[in-house]
Amino acid sequence: MKISVQEEDFDLRSEVKAISANPKIGALATFTGLVRDVAMTLEHYPGMTERAIARIVDEAKSRWQVIDCAVIHRYGALQPNDQIVMVAVASGHRGDAFAACEFIMDYLKTQAPFWKKEQTPDGARWVEAKMDDDEAAERWR
Amino acid sequence: MKVKVLYFASVREQLGRETEELDLPAGVVTVAGLRSHLRSRGGTWADVMAEGKLLRAAVNQDMAQPDASIKAGDEVAFFPPVTGG
Repeated sequence: MKISVQEEDFDLRSEVKAISANPKIGALATFTGLVRDVAMTLEHYPGMTERAIARIVDEAKSRWQVIDCAVIHRYGALQPNDQIVMVAVASGHRGDAFAACEFIMDYLKTQAPFWKKEQTPDGARWVEAKMDDDEAAERWR
Repeated sequence: MKVKVLYFASVREQLGRETEELDLPAGVVTVAGLRSHLRSRGGTWADVMAEGKLLRAAVNQDMAQPDASIKAGDEVAFFPPVTGG
């Protein structure tokens, strides 16, 4: 299991490769989040971010078959089209891989202590949490 | 009892403070109690910590509800709803 909170960019292919060397694995599901339109700075709570993501991953493992997984979330200054986050899950079958991947992302959106500040033409502005994200997390209950 | 309090994002900006060590008065033993105590400082504190404001908290780096208890040496953080991912 790899969990990393980092400033540096990541390479999805090499992260996926690193979690897929197990003959029991039949399915790899990944998600990548990118910066859309507006440059931003991501603040985080060092220590709690890793801890929160580890908890989310543990929860996913308790619900679905997760043979291996990698979650990387960046912080710092990011430009449009930059990668922000990746979740990769390796399972025996696609049902578990897809579900665990989506679950981890939905929970990450509501439980991981990151905050985005957008650099708009009118100045810097903190992004507000969306109801949609809470609802997405709720549907996994 | 002494606790460490951290502030993040817009909360940190509005309060103009990242962190502080506090010696809490007797009876302040929950997240809600601490929030109320900070609110009583008045001014910007009363505004940022107002009851109606959507604020989240963590105790020792775990998300915490208002009724979560606080003990000596704990690390408590206040911040807006998270927007990562």
